[in-house]
Amino acid sequence: MNSTHVVIVGAGPAGVRAAETLVRKGVAPVLIDEGMRAGGQIYRQQPQGFSRPAKALYGFEASKANAIHVCAEDLASQIDYRPKTLVWNANADTLDLLCDDRFEQLGYDRLIVATGATDRVLPVPGWTLPGVYTLGAAQIALKFQGCAIGDPVVFAGTGPLLYLVAYQYAKAGAKVTAVLDEAGFSDQCRALPGLLRQPSTLAKGLYYRAWLLANGVRVEQGASLVRIDGEKRVASVAWQQGGVEHSLPCSAVGFSYALRSETQLADLLGCEFVWSPLNRAWLPRRDASGRSSLEHVYLAGDGAGIMGADAAEMAGERAALAVLQDMGIAVDGARAEKLERGLAQIERFRDGLEHAFPFPEGWAAKADDALMLCRCEEIRVGQLRDVVRAGAVDINRAKALCRVGMGRCQGRMCGAAAMEIIACESGLTIDSVGRLRGQAPIKPLPFAVGPDA
Amino acid sequence: MSALVETDVVIIGGGIVGASAALFLRRRGMEVALIERDYCGSRSSGVNFGGVRRQGRPLIQLPLAQRAHAIWNDLPGHIGIDGELVRSGHLKLARSDEDMRSLERYEAETRGFDMGLELLGEDDIRRRYPWVGKSAVGASLCPADGHANPRLISPAFAVAAKRLGAHVYEQTPVVRVEDAGDDFLVTAGDGLRFRAPWLLNCAGAWAAGLALQYGEPVPMRAGHPAMLVTEPLPVFMTCSTGVEGGGIYARQVARGNCVIGGGQGFALDDRRARVDQQAVVTLLRQATTLFPSLHGAHVIRTWSGTEGYLPDRQPVIGFSRMRRGLVHGFGFAGGGFQIGPAVGDVLAELVCEGASRTPIEPFSIQRFQHVAA
Ligand SMILES: Cc1cc2nc3c(=O)[nH]c(=O)nc-3n(C[C@H](O)[C@H](O)[C@H](O)COP(=O)(O)OP(=O)(O)OC[C@H]3O[C@@H](n4cnc5c(N)ncnc54)[C@H](O)[C@@H]3O)c2cc1C
Ligand SMILES: Cc1cc2nc3c(=O)[nH]c(=O)nc-3n(C[C@H](O)[C@H](O)[C@H](O)COP(=O)(O)OP(=O)(O)OC[C@H]3O[C@@H](n4cnc5c(N)ncnc54)[C@H](O)[C@@H]3O)c2cc1C
Repeated sequence: MNSTHVVIVGAGPAGVRAAETLVRKGVAPVLIDEGMRAGGQIYRQQPQGFSRPAKALYGFEASKANAIHVCAEDLASQIDYRPKTLVWNANADTLDLLCDDRFEQLGYDRLIVATGATDRVLPVPGWTLPGVYTLGAAQIALKFQGCAIGDPVVFAGTGPLLYLVAYQYAKAGAKVTAVLDEAGFSDQCRALPGLLRQPSTLAKGLYYRAWLLANGVRVEQGASLVRIDGEKRVASVAWQQGGVEHSLPCSAVGFSYALRSETQLADLLGCEFVWSPLNRAWLPRRDASGRSSLEHVYLAGDGAGIMGADAAEMAGERAALAVLQDMGIAVDGARAEKLERGLAQIERFRDGLEHAFPFPEGWAAKADDALMLCRCEEIRVGQLRDVVRAGAVDINRAKALCRVGMGRCQGRMCGAAAMEIIACESGLTIDSVGRLRGQAPIKPLPFAVGPDA
Repeated sequence: MSALVETDVVIIGGGIVGASAALFLRRRGMEVALIERDYCGSRSSGVNFGGVRRQGRPLIQLPLAQRAHAIWNDLPGHIGIDGELVRSGHLKLARSDEDMRSLERYEAETRGFDMGLELLGEDDIRRRYPWVGKSAVGASLCPADGHANPRLISPAFAVAAKRLGAHVYEQTPVVRVEDAGDDFLVTAGDGLRFRAPWLLNCAGAWAAGLALQYGEPVPMRAGHPAMLVTEPLPVFMTCSTGVEGGGIYARQVARGNCVIGGGQGFALDDRRARVDQQAVVTLLRQATTLFPSLHGAHVIRTWSGTEGYLPDRQPVIGFSRMRRGLVHGFGFAGGGFQIGPAVGDVLAELVCEGASRTPIEPFSIQRFQHVAA
């Protein structure tokens, strides 16, 4: 009924709900995801043929996961769904795609960016040893492939994923030796008022911790990871707590410090970015409805600020309503307002979470010069400090001079840590060391390519 | 409003040309203010392919290229770092007999320039450069040409100038140039003001405005060479490589990454450029034919830059014909990295001695005078 091309990038909870909302009003979007199956990060599906029950894979979230999967399946026949398709570059009216080693281009009139999030990593000595994973990767190994990263395993860092992943591992029968929570107990008490706004999430968090403790898993708070030791792979992990160093043997470590938004696509599109103190990151600006600074670009879900899966669903629906409104299609205004109120409430909860799992601000000062910072380019902390001392206090300038963030991951892994080092070394605040500019391709492109469309 | 800075020479643009002019002016004892809108060496000069190559340049550029060659040979002496300069040799491949004829002609014409070109047949290529694809039927090698890291070298010229006492202003755009008697009055950034009898126009792709202001319009357009780089690969490409007729060029750095260029990107705006899918696909395809070892490798980054091109693809170097004290050095058409340091030296020479010992007549801005009419 409408010849407007609406494209959604990301088939996580945000993208799927956005597609559903559009379809209900007779607009059939293109839904693109580099993954094999819909669901995004949290509701990642097993490969076809695997058949662990939803309850085992998604725990409390099983019914939500199911709902998203069913919704995506229903949609598949009504929309142009393109799995296994990477958006590697974006311009004012076209997306550059790579699918099965073939290049394609896709025009769009309106674009919903729902690219989600990945783990935020702060390097520690030994983090490049085999057997060290991010919490997200540890979870993926379990959910997606049904295997543990090691046995016994230690989980460390901060953020809501920490207890969740430890719980999922222990539940699945893996030996979890310890959970090392960077945040102290007092941080979490102070955060309580904010957390109480979202009681079910709080309850879940408390539940995971209580369950771990009840099942004999050692949980240490205010424990900061000092080192991961091992010759050829992980053998033990060391941490500091109240000025005392401790260590434990283990065969694998999962660690990260909360999540970071995948913003490269918004960046390549030319969206305006603003500093978010809460996320401690530059994020594409979006208003309550999900409209970006660009007229035809909308932002939904964790890709424009970490708010979690429930918020992602709401934001996806809200952004789709905005698209419809801007196309001149009547939508339920009350529904739109309700979604905005709901998102605002979750945002306040996020405030609480950030206090409960505070960013380890002392990390940069403690980092040793010899610490590997950028593992793609093999740049150590000291090399970055050298160029900062020589005057490169802007992250892009520092990248040009010492190659930090220039490698395969394009700074996804090391960008946040590099900013911390620059700020610490220069004495500037973290928001004044600049924003790492994205460069295409968003993910690496193979040389073995078929004919382009 | 801040005080007026009085100096001998104001240089607009801290690319490799402006920064090396600053360096060589300081060597000659002149007071210098180098004014750069962004960071020194962050535009064309910092994002180029990194080819340090004389082979293939038109004959009129070879005296400058030879002069530059001597500077490159003592790079640490000039800027304090080696900038990953490798004298790998530059291998120019011919993909047809006709292209080979053209390489042979070039070799014959350039014998006086001391480049030591060596012509190679198909068997030589297979034996010496087994990584070159079957499409090459011959080649010309310039053994002392090579490649270097522009991200390090171009900023280092500005750092070296500063070390010798040049006043370097970064993130400071020049917004106005006026006359104050015989002097220039230059306003930059937030009300910084400079006064000097000499003004060097080294503003790269953005230099035409000042030339126009002094009645010397030039038909310069911006071009955007397309570039990409692979993840680190086992080292196989032992030379910096190009092809006769152009289209694609490649080099491999010590870390193993292959840097590959060819074709054109497009402008996002006045200052930013990007590579589009068509250019990437073309490069990927050509590169795998020319260098079969690339098959299965991954491209991790693409980029472009903003470079000034005049219709004859030659730069403008030399005195303004309209305004005493104004000296131009811009429009290098994708080839200014190698000759840049020599151009800086020539500009310094023009200021201090009134003439260049290297012939630069072909690059006079006068050649565009009819455009003004
Ligand atoms: C590994 C991991 C595990 C998580 N587990 C939990 C959990 O258990 N509980 C919880 O509350 N939260 C979890 N989170 C947080 C989670 O990010 C959000 O709660 C939720 O998934 C956000 O939904 P979304 O739709 O915004 O993004 P996502 O679910 O992340 O979906 C984004 C999708 O976009 C696709 N995509 C991104 N860029 C491109 C591109 N350029 N081209 C093509 N496709 C692209 C991705 O493949 C992905 O499928 C997890 C996050 C991560 C990273
Ligand atoms: C992608 C690419 C690949 C290339 N490959 C090669 C190669 O392999 N070999 C080779 O020899 N050459 C190569 N070149 C060409 C070479 O990089 C340029 O010719 C050379 O760097 C030009 O130097 P420049 O100083 O004139 O220009 P630039 O480096 O562009 O410097 C001009 C400077 O002037 C500044 N400026 C402009 N306006 C103002 C203002 N109003 N106030 C203050 N500052 C101002 C700009 O910010 C800029 O930094 C390539 C170029 C590109 C873009």
